[in-house]
Amino acid sequence: MSESTDRPVTGTTRVKRGMAEMLKGGVIMDVVNAEQAKIAEDAGAVAVMALERVPADIRAQGGVARMSDPDMIDSIIAAVTIPVMAKVRIGHFVEARVLQSLGVDYIDESEVLTPADEAHHIDKWAFTVPFVCGATNLGEALRRISEGAAMIRSKGEAGTGNVVEATRHMRSIRGEIRKLSTMDETELFSAAKELRAPYDLVTEVAGASKLPVVLFTAGGIATPADAAMMMQLGAEGVFVGSGIFKAGNPAQRATAIVAATTFHDDPDVIAKVSRGLGEAMVGINVSELPDSERYATRGW
Amino acid sequence: MRPPIIGVLALQGDAREHLRRIASSGATGVAVRRRAELDAIDGLILPGGESTTIAKLLNRFELMEPLRARIRAGLPVYGSCAGMILLADRILDAPADQDTIGGMDVTVRRNAFGRQVESFENEVPIPAVGQCSFAAVFIRAPWVEQSGPDVEVLGRVSGGAADGKVVAVRQGGLLATSFHPELTDDGRIHSFFVDMVRG
Repeated sequence: MSESTDRPVTGTTRVKRGMAEMLKGGVIMDVVNAEQAKIAEDAGAVAVMALERVPADIRAQGGVARMSDPDMIDSIIAAVTIPVMAKVRIGHFVEARVLQSLGVDYIDESEVLTPADEAHHIDKWAFTVPFVCGATNLGEALRRISEGAAMIRSKGEAGTGNVVEATRHMRSIRGEIRKLSTMDETELFSAAKELRAPYDLVTEVAGASKLPVVLFTAGGIATPADAAMMMQLGAEGVFVGSGIFKAGNPAQRATAIVAATTFHDDPDVIAKVSRGLGEAMVGINVSELPDSERYATRGW
Repeated sequence: MRPPIIGVLALQGDAREHLRRIASSGATGVAVRRRAELDAIDGLILPGGESTTIAKLLNRFELMEPLRARIRAGLPVYGSCAGMILLADRILDAPADQDTIGGMDVTVRRNAFGRQVESFENEVPIPAVGQCSFAAVFIRAPWVEQSGPDVEVLGRVSGGAADGKVVAVRQGGLLATSFHPELTDDGRIHSFFVDMVRG
């Protein structure tokens, strides 16, 4: 990975993974227009995710969800100075080429959009722009990293305002990492087979007791306490989708979630920022969602 | 003599990578998020991260003024990337209301090299710190556009469109780089800073 030379080199693994390191301890917020992007930046977001509909609206309206209109992404890039991310459909490498040419800072190959390929994720090594991908467990995370993902987020269940799936996926990823770190060489071979992940990545994770890329959480975070809990479960930062702009008083809620992410281990701070936030987004009980409406099962 | 205690501001950003470098430099590293932690350190590192976010959290959690006071009183500080922006007296290409800690008589341009697709690695010579060049990692990095008479220019980019741009500076006890030595295994800049703290 040491790729330094006497000329500037872009798109290296260190530059892609390093960008995610700079987002750690921060909150990345879904926004659908320039005005929301400004609110997010003012609240202290480390980046915004530009998209046409937040996941809760994608759920409500149905239909095929695709990459956003380039004009809309341009307007958000022009509105803020913080990094701008945007989503492409799983496997849709042309949408990804478009986002790269627009100058998006990070691409989310996202299960929230309707998948474009049911067998292949994008070959992310082929891009200069870095990618973040969702995962429900360690094997899935390592398969995405082997395809070139430079950042992982636990999937959760987007657009529900219900943190239970985010908790399940974060506990699963972190628990499996802990298990790997106790294994001997022989056990690691069969672990790689069971995880359906490259052996080299499995041994790297076992040795470091962490993923080789930054791990965020996503999918159902709606309150400051949700964000703080996910940080304590081992997330290195938080994506908030529908949770901010589907709630009453988005600016105040966004500010509160930023504070609770930084001071995730300080209940006094979390209590203080949780006061008087108004109504949180209306949630959905994930257990009542039919399998066909579960986004976390998209991707493999 | 006890090893110096180096704080790393841990409101947001890559504090962990700086703490790891400090641990291997022989100093004691501590994460700083509160006033009491700020009062207990001999030197401070401002990590890479999002400078707008870190500045807002400094103000919101009432660390900005105490930190400025300690810098005026001589606290040595090293800032990488976002940390360079936070140390600058003047910034360009920032939201109108973006605050900095200040202390360094420099004008720093945010995201000066461009967006993430333009982020790059390159060798940067910094003779004052080490004989061999540094494998420098620039991520949406700033550069120093203008600097006052007390500021010593330590390093410049060579080659490419940004040839000659200033990316490492020192003014007394304040040190700043546009790039991220904490993302590499090269500990020379951190050791240099620890020596500055030892005085």
